[in-house]
Amino acid sequence: MEIQTKYFGVMTIDHEAVIDFQTGIPGFPNETAFVFLPLEADSIYQIMQSIHTPELAFVTVSPFLFFKDYCMNLNKTVMEALNIEEEQDVYLSVILTLKRPFKTSTANLVAPVIVSLKEKKGKQIVLDGTIYHTKHPIFQSSDVEEEDDHACPKKKIT
Amino acid sequence: MLVLKRKSHEAITIGDDIEIHILSVDGDQVKVGIEAPKQVEIHRKEIYLSIQEANSEAASVDAIDEALDFLKNFKHQ
Repeated sequence: MEIQTKYFGVMTIDHEAVIDFQTGIPGFPNETAFVFLPLEADSIYQIMQSIHTPELAFVTVSPFLFFKDYCMNLNKTVMEALNIEEEQDVYLSVILTLKRPFKTSTANLVAPVIVSLKEKKGKQIVLDGTIYHTKHPIFQSSDVEEEDDHACPKKKIT
Repeated sequence: MLVLKRKSHEAITIGDDIEIHILSVDGDQVKVGIEAPKQVEIHRKEIYLSIQEANSEAASVDAIDEALDFLKNFKHQ
């Protein structure tokens, strides 16, 4: 199928590449189908392009490339909603907000995008009770303090 | 908006399968228990709003070509 993209003009993509976001994503409830397109060959960045809205595209990246200790747990509801059986089926990424100067660009670590590669289903999930937020600078030293290598850092409950 | 007065340990039902329980009240802080089908997503509103805003901002980046050039040229360590 042919789609109009924000960054690459008209592209021909395989039906199989379309990821179904059943309930859209926060702020874009009607955007239920996206495709992930590499920024360029071998790029670590993937453009999450809406199938239906050419001008809607996000720059995404694996959080671990910038935040090596990034930690999140997939809860059962998400696993079931996306029919995830094993962690290897999952493609995990976070949405970047590019800014000027570009070194101040940020990553949204509280709402990662989860894709089940097998089922071609995706969801932007909202982590609950974490220390993460929507604007972690990606080119500066991490402002996420890790307390324990084996547990996700939790926000102190007040 | 429907407004109901409830006391501690009272509850509200919404439809057939959602219950909101007032567990305790301490000054201006209310502890609420929610029972709902697991496919019903429940979020603290300010967190959900911040994610909507972040998505809108991420989607409306200008000078994107320059930004993408920067990303392409940035050698990740």
